[in-house]
Amino acid sequence: MFRINLYLFFLFSPMVLLAQHKISGKVTDNKKHPLPGVNVYIKGSYDGATSKADGSFAFTTAEVGERILTASLSGYQPLEIKINTASAEQLTVILKNAVSALRVVTISAGSFEASDDKKGTVLKPLDIVTTAGAGADIVNAIKTLPGAQQTNDREGLFVRGGTGYETQTLIDGMLVRNPFSSSLPDVPGRGRFSPFLFKGTTFSSGGYSAQYGQALSSALVLESTDLPQRSSSSIGVSVIGASAGVENLSNDKKTSWGVEGDYTNLAPYFQVVKPKQTPNLGPEIIGTSLNFRRKTSSTGMLKFYGYGNWSKMGFSSPSIEYPGNTESYQVRNGNLYTNMTYRENLGDDWRLYVGASFSANRDNITTDTLGKDQIPADIRVRSSLAQSRVMLTRHLGPFSALRFGGEYQYAVEQFSYNRRPFNYADNYTAAFTEADIYFTPSFVGRVGGRAEYSSVLAKMNLAPRVSLAYKVDNYSQFSVAYGDYYQKPEPQYIRFDHGLGYMKATHYIASYQRVATDYTFRTEIFYKQYADLVKTVPGYNNNGKGYAKGIELFWRDRKTIKNVDYWISYSYLDTKRDYLNYPKEVQPDFAATHTASLVYKHFIPKLSTNIGLTYTFATGRPYYNPNLPADKFMSDKTIDYHAVGVSASYLTTIRKAFTIFVLSVSNAPGNKQVFGYRYSSDGLRRGEITPSVPRFIFLGMFMNFGIDRRQDVINNL
Amino acid sequence: MKRLLLSLFMIGGLATAAVAQSAQFQDAMNKQVSDLDSSAAFAPDALVAKINTFERIAEAEKTQWLPYYYAAYCQVMSCFVGQDKGKIDELADKAAANLDKADALAPKNSEIACIRSLVASARLMVDPASRGMKYGMEAGQQIELAKTYNTENPRVYLLLGQSLLFTPEQFGGSKSKAKTMLETALQKYAAFKPESNIAPHWGEPYAKELLTKAQ
Repeated sequence: MFRINLYLFFLFSPMVLLAQHKISGKVTDNKKHPLPGVNVYIKGSYDGATSKADGSFAFTTAEVGERILTASLSGYQPLEIKINTASAEQLTVILKNAVSALRVVTISAGSFEASDDKKGTVLKPLDIVTTAGAGADIVNAIKTLPGAQQTNDREGLFVRGGTGYETQTLIDGMLVRNPFSSSLPDVPGRGRFSPFLFKGTTFSSGGYSAQYGQALSSALVLESTDLPQRSSSSIGVSVIGASAGVENLSNDKKTSWGVEGDYTNLAPYFQVVKPKQTPNLGPEIIGTSLNFRRKTSSTGMLKFYGYGNWSKMGFSSPSIEYPGNTESYQVRNGNLYTNMTYRENLGDDWRLYVGASFSANRDNITTDTLGKDQIPADIRVRSSLAQSRVMLTRHLGPFSALRFGGEYQYAVEQFSYNRRPFNYADNYTAAFTEADIYFTPSFVGRVGGRAEYSSVLAKMNLAPRVSLAYKVDNYSQFSVAYGDYYQKPEPQYIRFDHGLGYMKATHYIASYQRVATDYTFRTEIFYKQYADLVKTVPGYNNNGKGYAKGIELFWRDRKTIKNVDYWISYSYLDTKRDYLNYPKEVQPDFAATHTASLVYKHFIPKLSTNIGLTYTFATGRPYYNPNLPADKFMSDKTIDYHAVGVSASYLTTIRKAFTIFVLSVSNAPGNKQVFGYRYSSDGLRRGEITPSVPRFIFLGMFMNFGIDRRQDVINNL
Repeated sequence: MKRLLLSLFMIGGLATAAVAQSAQFQDAMNKQVSDLDSSAAFAPDALVAKINTFERIAEAEKTQWLPYYYAAYCQVMSCFVGQDKGKIDELADKAAANLDKADALAPKNSEIACIRSLVASARLMVDPASRGMKYGMEAGQQIELAKTYNTENPRVYLLLGQSLLFTPEQFGGSKSKAKTMLETALQKYAAFKPESNIAPHWGEPYAKELLTKAQ
C-alpha cells in the first residue's frame, strides 16, 4: 500500500496536500480471541489491510477527518465504526458471530433427511441407490436407518413398533395411497417409485409436523426433482427386464418434460433360479411415467407427475391345509397415480403451495385349492382417491414462519368377495397450522395442531404437536418432540363396520445429534403410546392398546478410511400391543427387539468401481403357534435374521453415454431366513415363511445419453 | 462571472478527480495483478489478503469488472489450495457473487466463464460421488461458453487440457489428448496479447507444468 501512496504523492502533490495517517489496531471475536483474515479498510477507499494471525492490522491512508472503518470476515457480522484518521489511537475491533443459515437450528427430532440441497444432511439421494442389498428401492435403503424393522415378508415400513399401514408416503405433499406394488402373500412388493425421481427424502420415525396426518408411526416425505440439468435419454437392461426414458429440457431452460417406460418379466429368471413356489402367472410388470415441470417465474414452479403400472403374477405351492393338494394365488393389478403441484411466492413474506392428485388402484385376486372341489375365491379390491391441498407460509423475521392450510380427500373403497360387494366412500377434511418460532437463532420451538374429520367414521379429532430444538455449537443439537397422531382403521375393517373410530398414538421423543462434514452421530430415545387400536374379537371395536419404547443409535463416517463411507445403525425396541384377535398385550409378530445394520461403501478410483456391502441383523420375531395355551400366545420366536447384501458397480462411458454396470447379490452367503410360520387350522402341520428365492442375483446395465444441445446454446446467445 | 468561474473550477476539479481515480486504480491494480504472477501469492494466507484487497478496490470502484474478476479468481484458487473441504461451498458462493457483478459490467466475457468453470469444479470436489454429474456438466458448459465468447483465449485450452489430464480414462480423459490440448494452449498463449497489463493473463507456467505431466 505504501508504494502506491508514495507514487500518488509524487503524482498529485502540486494539487493535493497528502497527509499520511497510520491506522492500526486489533480484531477479536466477542470472547477476545484474535481473528485473522479480517478485511479492515476505510469505506469507499482502497486503503486497508488484512488482519494477521494475532488479529493485528496496520495501514496508512491519505483520507482525512471522520471516516467509516469497515471490518468484515465471513461468518461474522460486518462492523462499521466512525474514526478520525488523525487520531493515532490503537483501535479495538470486536466482531460478532453472524447468524448464517449453517448455524441456525432446525427441527430434527425423529427425522432423517436425504437431500442434496441442504448441507449437513445424513444421507444423499445417491446413497439410496448405492446401498448394497437395497436393490435401488427407497424403502429397502431406509430400512438400514434406525427405527425401521427388517420385515422382509411384507411390504411397508414398520417403524418403532408400528405396522406398515401406520407409515404414509407423500410425494410433494400429496398422499400416495398405494406406494408398493401389489404382491403375493409373504413376498413384499417393491416401492413403485424410482429413487432417481426425488431430490430429497425425509424419513420421519416420529414426532413429525402437523402438515401430515393419517399416519400413526411414520411419514416418508419425498420431494421430486426440479428441472433437469440438460436433455437426456436413458436405457437400462437387466436380467429381469428393460427400461427406457427421455427427458427434454427446453431451450430457455424453463420447461421440461419426460417420459419413461419399463418392462419386467421374472419368468426367465425363475426358469434358471427355481423359487420356493412355482410361478403360474407372470410375474410380469409394465410401467410408464410422464412428467412435466415448468419454472413459471424466478420463484414459481409447476410440476406434474403421472404414473401407470400393470402387473400380473401368481404362484402355486403345496397346501398346508390339505396335504397333497396345491394352493394357487394369482393377482392382477392396475395402478394409476397423478400429482400436480404449484409453488409461488406471494409478495415478500408469503409463500403459496397448492396441490391436486388423483390415484386409482385395482387388484383382482384369485385363490384356489387345486384338486379340491371348492369354488375359487374371487376377490376384487378397487380404491380411488382424489385429493387437494393448500398451504400458505408467512415468514416472520429472518427465520420464524407460520404455516397453515387444509386438505380434502375423497376416497372410494370397493371390495367384493365372489361378487358380494362391501363398498364405502369417505370424505376426509383436515386443517392444520404450525409456527416455527426462533427464540434465538440456536433455539427454536415448533407448535402446531391438526384437526380432521372423516365422514365414514363421522368423527373429528384434534392433534396437538410440539417440538423444540437447541443448537449447542455449529455441529451439535438437542431436540425433543411430542405429538398426538390419529389414523383411520384399515379399509378392510371399516368396510365391515362403519362404527369404528380413529386409532391413536402419542409420541414422546428426545434426541441428540452431531453432524459435521465428514461424520454424523445421532441417538434418540422414544416412548410411544397406542390407544383405540382395532380389535376384531369379540366384534369389531376400538379397545386395542399398546406401547413402544426404545433407543436408537446412528453413526456415519466418511473420513477415517480413505474412499470408504460407512454407517452403522442400531435400534432397541420394547413393544407390546393388544389388537386384532390378540387375547392379551404381547410383542407383535412384526417386531424384533434388536435390529442393527452396517452399510459399507468403498470406491476404488483406479477401477472406477464402487463396492458395497450391507449387513443387517435382527433378533427373532414372535410367531403364533396355535398349539400353545392362550397364556403363551406369541411366545415362540423365529431364528435370528442375518442378511449380507453385496454389490459392485462399474462406472464408465461408452461413446458419449454415461454407463453403469451393476451386479448385486442379496443374502450372498445364503443364510436361512425365517420370518414366521403358517399353520394348518388343526395346528398339526406348518410351513415356514421364507424368502421365495434365498439369494437374488441382479445384473444390469444403465446408460444415460446427454442429448447434445451445445449448438442450441450457441444459437440462443 | 463568479458562477462561471465556479462551474469551470468544478468541472476542472471533477476531471482531475477522475484522472486521479483512474490513475490510482491502474496503479493499485498493476501492483496487485503483477503479484499474482508469483507463486508466493497462492499461499493460503496470501490469498486471503489478495481477496480482501481486490474486494476493497471493487467496492470503491463499482464500475470496473476486473477487481471483481480477480477477487473471484483468488477465491476459487483458495478452494484448490485450502485443506478444508467444508469451506469450499462458502468460498464458491462468494466467488459466484463476485462473478455475477463482473458479468453485469462485462457480459459474455470469456475470462469470466473460465472462472465460473473453475467454481463448478471446486464445488464438485466437495463430494465427487453425488455432485459429479451436476457440477462436472456445469464446468464443461462454462468452458464451452468461454470458447464461444473468445476462441483465442488460451485459458480455455488450459482448462480443457487440465480436465482431460485429470479425468479418468473411463470418463473420456486421455493423456495424449491432454498433451495436444495443452500444446494448443501454449500456442494460444504465445499469440495472446492481453488488452492491458491488468487484463487476465495467468496460466502459461501452469500449462507448461501440466504438459510435462502429460508426457
